[in-house]
Amino acid sequence: MKFTEEHEWLRVEGDLVVVGITEHASEQLGDVVFIELPEAGTEVTKDEEVCVIESVKAASDILAPIDGEIVEVNEPLVDEPGKVNDDPMEGAWFFKIKPSDASQMDDYMDENAYKDFIG
Amino acid sequence: MGELKRTPLYDLHIELGAKMVGFAGYDMPVQYPLGVMKEHLHCRGAAGLFDVSHMGQVALRADGYEAAAKAFEALVPQDVIGLGAGRQRYGFFTNDAGGIEDDLMFANRGDHLFVVVNAACKEADIARMTAALSPDVTVEEITDRALVALQGPAAETALARLNPAVADMAFMDFIEVELDGVACWVSRSGYTGEDGYEISIPEADAEGICRKLLEMEEVEGIGLGARDSLRLEGGLCLYGNDIDATTSPIEAALTWAIQKVRRADGDRAGGFPGADRIFGDLAEGVARKRVGLAPTGRAPMRAGTQLFAAAEGGEPIGEVTSGGFGPTYEGPVAMGYVGTAQAVVGTEIFGEVRGKRMPVTVAKMPLVPANFKR
Repeated sequence: MKFTEEHEWLRVEGDLVVVGITEHASEQLGDVVFIELPEAGTEVTKDEEVCVIESVKAASDILAPIDGEIVEVNEPLVDEPGKVNDDPMEGAWFFKIKPSDASQMDDYMDENAYKDFIG
Repeated sequence: MGELKRTPLYDLHIELGAKMVGFAGYDMPVQYPLGVMKEHLHCRGAAGLFDVSHMGQVALRADGYEAAAKAFEALVPQDVIGLGAGRQRYGFFTNDAGGIEDDLMFANRGDHLFVVVNAACKEADIARMTAALSPDVTVEEITDRALVALQGPAAETALARLNPAVADMAFMDFIEVELDGVACWVSRSGYTGEDGYEISIPEADAEGICRKLLEMEEVEGIGLGARDSLRLEGGLCLYGNDIDATTSPIEAALTWAIQKVRRADGDRAGGFPGADRIFGDLAEGVARKRVGLAPTGRAPMRAGTQLFAAAEGGEPIGEVTSGGFGPTYEGPVAMGYVGTAQAVVGTEIFGEVRGKRMPVTVAKMPLVPANFKR
């Protein structure tokens, strides 16, 4: 699993990359009350805003961590945004990307580096 | 920014695991480990304890209550003289343009007037009162007392364990009473839309009394985060967001807080800053009004969201001044200003969120019904 400085996690699943936010991020955000997901089939480029996530405190953007096509989104999350707080690392994934350049993953932190990053 | 000030309950907040933030110059708990959503629901379901010691507590003394009240009426459009002993009332300072300089609570304490003002405005408020009222009235900021609020349907049960007398208080009563042997000033009021109390406690005793309350099954500490969502559901204004120096009380839908005796045809009409503008607004109506807003979708409409009459085109008709998610309402809630034509409950308008116009309905305030003990 890889981690971005934006507190997203990336997990390789076959030829796809699953993206969510870390437990640390979900704790910092507080109770999540709204999620806007991208549409499956959207071509995205790295650092493009693809999702909006709102907590009781504020709105944040989720960025596409790599270039590619969004092939699947976690639609049930829209009706159950609190899942981001309950199960951020597994059940509350946001979308799956088919990467156009998988080597972009190499730039991101591994779990130990991320732990150091959040201190 | 200088060093943040601490309230007498700072150590307790840290011990309880609060996340602290700077607010109006004070280091305050924004949430405890429970989190904003659960804190909010706990307050509406049982009882929540809030530290509001950052607010200004001020005693106005003159030759008796009536003299202090008469002088104070030169700064506010409320009936201060007519307030009974042991009673409290909501009010606001106005400016010469008829805008609101701060909102406040004032109480008749028998021989003097007691005023509670917002933390962010308290320096200016005290300067204003001192400049306008001294030397006939002495304006004393009380800095050696904590102020806490105990709010929610179980607040009475909880506080009555420290003194059963508080159970007999009606909404907006104000008494001095011993809690756990300490002389406290207690009002039956608050800012959540729930029944409850505000309690002024000598600073040395504040932590002890709060610990006693927090040990009770019904009571949880509640931070500023949930305080905001509670007051928003309750349709209550946040000074600086929903009312400010440019909004008249009539635009702000606070006409109810200007008693008849101070209005144009009252016995003590006018005599407060901006009376001409406010009477003009009352007689002729206003171009914009503060309303409750219920977004149709799930996306919160936060402060600054522009409001439109139609799904496409046209200039903005207003703006959201407070908005977020209402845990009890179970959906997004907001308030803001719209043109008078749209300020009718049930009117569907649109708020522009991230470039998209989303439907929102003008709603009756409060969005969550109040639960006061009248």
